[in-house]
Amino acid sequence: MSVGVGVNLENLWIRFGDFVAVRNANVNINGGDFFSFLGPSGCGKTTILRAVSGFLDPSEGRVLIGGNDMAGIGPNKRPTALIFQNLALFPLMKVWENITFSMEVKGASTAERRKRADELLDMIALEGQGDKLPSELSGGQKQRVAIARALCAEPDVLLLDEPLSALDLKLRQHMRTELREIQQRVGITFIYITHDQGEALTMSDNVAVMRAGVIDQIGTGHEVYDRPATPFVASFVGENNVFRGKVHEISGTQALLETNRTGLLRAEITPAAIGKLNVGDDAMMFVRPEALAPVGATVPEDKTVIPATVLNEEFEGNSYSVFLEGAGGKEIKMSLPNLGQDPEASKGSELSLTYDARNAVVMPAGELASE
Amino acid sequence: MKSSFIGRVALVAYLVIFFGYLLGPLFVMSMTAFNSSAFPSISPWACYTYEWFDVLFKDERILNGIRNSVIIGIGTVILSVSMGLAAALVLTQVWPKFRSTYYTIIIAPILIPGVVLGISTLVFWDRVSNFLGPSTEAFLHNGIFLTVLGQSTFIASYAMLVFVARLQRFDPGLTEAALDLGATHTQAFRKILLPFMRPAIASAAVLAFLASFENYNTTTFTFGNYPTLTIELAQKVRYGINPSISALAFIIVMLTIFAALANEAYRRNKQRNEDARLKGVPRKAGRVLPSFLTGNPAAIIFVLLSFVVITMFWTAQSYDPGECKARVLAEKQALAAERIEALRQQRFQQRLEAAHSGVDIFGRSTVDPTVTEAPAAPESNGAFGGVFAPTNLNSTAPAAEPESNPGGAFGGVFAPTNLQGTDGN
Ligand SMILES: Nc1ncnc2c1ncn2[C@@H]1O[C@H](COP(=O)(O)OP(=O)(O)OP(=O)(O)O)[C@@H](O)[C@H]1O
Ligand SMILES: [Mg+2]
Repeated sequence: MSVGVGVNLENLWIRFGDFVAVRNANVNINGGDFFSFLGPSGCGKTTILRAVSGFLDPSEGRVLIGGNDMAGIGPNKRPTALIFQNLALFPLMKVWENITFSMEVKGASTAERRKRADELLDMIALEGQGDKLPSELSGGQKQRVAIARALCAEPDVLLLDEPLSALDLKLRQHMRTELREIQQRVGITFIYITHDQGEALTMSDNVAVMRAGVIDQIGTGHEVYDRPATPFVASFVGENNVFRGKVHEISGTQALLETNRTGLLRAEITPAAIGKLNVGDDAMMFVRPEALAPVGATVPEDKTVIPATVLNEEFEGNSYSVFLEGAGGKEIKMSLPNLGQDPEASKGSELSLTYDARNAVVMPAGELASE
Repeated sequence: MKSSFIGRVALVAYLVIFFGYLLGPLFVMSMTAFNSSAFPSISPWACYTYEWFDVLFKDERILNGIRNSVIIGIGTVILSVSMGLAAALVLTQVWPKFRSTYYTIIIAPILIPGVVLGISTLVFWDRVSNFLGPSTEAFLHNGIFLTVLGQSTFIASYAMLVFVARLQRFDPGLTEAALDLGATHTQAFRKILLPFMRPAIASAAVLAFLASFENYNTTTFTFGNYPTLTIELAQKVRYGINPSISALAFIIVMLTIFAALANEAYRRNKQRNEDARLKGVPRKAGRVLPSFLTGNPAAIIFVLLSFVVITMFWTAQSYDPGECKARVLAEKQALAAERIEALRQQRFQQRLEAAHSGVDIFGRSTVDPTVTEAPAAPESNGAFGGVFAPTNLNSTAPAAEPESNPGGAFGGVFAPTNLQGTDGN
């Protein structure tokens, strides 16, 4: 796996005047990984990327690429290529000139450049369009040209700053798989920035979730989704029902939470919080909409039951989103797979919801992602 | 309906008045270049002639002025475009808090009167050469050097304004992208920023050249031994002008029109090629016109106007207004004779009346010499008409075009020749 060049951020701080854009980031990215930074707008993702590519000097800490400290090495000397948030294609150059710009500055001949451009144009499925100007391309085509241009520089590390954000949904999904394919083909390290969790989860080997300059969690998509380290990650990545309360009892890796409105709820303590949670602490319990289900006629003994009334129901193709109201006006969302029949939950009906405690997590109370 | 009609009429009237006001003087002046009358005028139209172009191209001072103006213009373009570009680039780099102050300082020369800039340039470089010693004097007291420096002080500011406007639309991300792809800073500048600035550089260069070419205020203090065209023209006007100035104006106007048309034709052609390329169909030539001309009115006008000018050149070789001039001369002499005759009649009448009314001896004696003398000279002139006049002409304006003096028939009586006479002296 680790044939490529790794990137390490060590105690990285970046400040703009008094404003701290990145706070003590420690990240180890393996060579050949597809690594994503995921976070809301303005949390410092671009700032980290600029520090890696050399446009920003860290206020403190180090950036290592392939084990070498990059301090004092300019962007044009680093083995990185950045795909900019706005793509930054050169508007006055033709597509093929854009793609082979990195060869031009090294003094490659026009014939060589033409040849390489044709190869890359084939790869991005834009054969024969090399003589267009960037302004004559569609959004998705520009996107692919930007990727080709970066790949043409043969970087060890490709940095991508939300490259798909400007595309419509269909194209975005298509480009996701395409990017992933390209990455597996060329085998270099990709550092990918996005505020779209779907993108991060489907493409990445590892994800770092950021909140206001702080990296809350680094892990695989599964870890981040199923075992969020902080309430922020739990609420930012995917949808979650949150229940607040105090820890009532701890037994092994599980805890029983005395919630404010819903009574006692059991959940798995998230790995990051093991040993940090004590009886009586303020805590938050998260359970995914798809982990909830209405109980049938018989209630399993070891499962918690949450009584709730159906407020509304939305059809979403492969599933139904059911919005319910629990005790004390507590809002709850449940997701039911669409199996071709009418859902059991019709508007106004009273249901008992239950879940498997292993599919819910509890952790010390903290800040949620504001949405 | 009605109001829109009135509005349209008003608009057309406005446009006519506006363009008349704007272009009328140029048009009239251009016309005067083809009138053989010695003073630039169109209303007593004498003869259609190209002779003023000959006069113009034989006028060493004007030609020398044009040469100096062009040299100084080129120097000013080089200096002020590079200074303006540097200033504009610094503006984007400079610490934001200092930016507005910097901007004010840089554009201040535009607000300072050109006269002041001229004087201060002269004084400043004189001090510098004093300081550096006499060996630098030849260079620092050189009119071309001083004029280029003096003009560039404010023309560079104009250039900077052009560059700043363009730079504001530049995405600095492009430079970063170039660096990221391995370009050095120089390469990023040369391959990314400079091509982006090219249109602005072209317009700043044209602007700088024109501003330099037409500058008088600053140049008048700095030109030394290298008078520019404006300086020469101003000096000429002081001693009276002839239509060779109009000929120069006509040439300049034509060059401007040709440049504008060529530019427009080129732009349209490029645009149409682009459109055709995007649609993927090659441009077809029209049924009659070659492809460059189809749907390109500017190009058509350009070609037509070129034909007109070429025809003018061609006819100018063989065209001889001599006959016409002789006729005009004769007409004028006839007219003069008529007037003189009338005058004599009048005087005669007066004398008769005076005699009749019995004016005292004192009064009569004052009138008498004038009356007796005045008719005497014109009479002979009128009598010998065709024979006498040419000699008369040659003696009044020997330095000016001898063969081009139909107005000379008015001899010493009328203003234009008077002027020309002085001019010749
Ligand atoms: N040059 C700068 N000077 C001052 N503050 C800056 C500068 N660049 C970024 N910031 C601040 O740093 C924070 C992080 O910016 P950054 O561009 O990294 O956000 P981001 O996570 O990439 O957001 P987005 O998803 O919207 O692109 C923002 O609050 C921004 O205002
Ligand atoms: Mg960003």
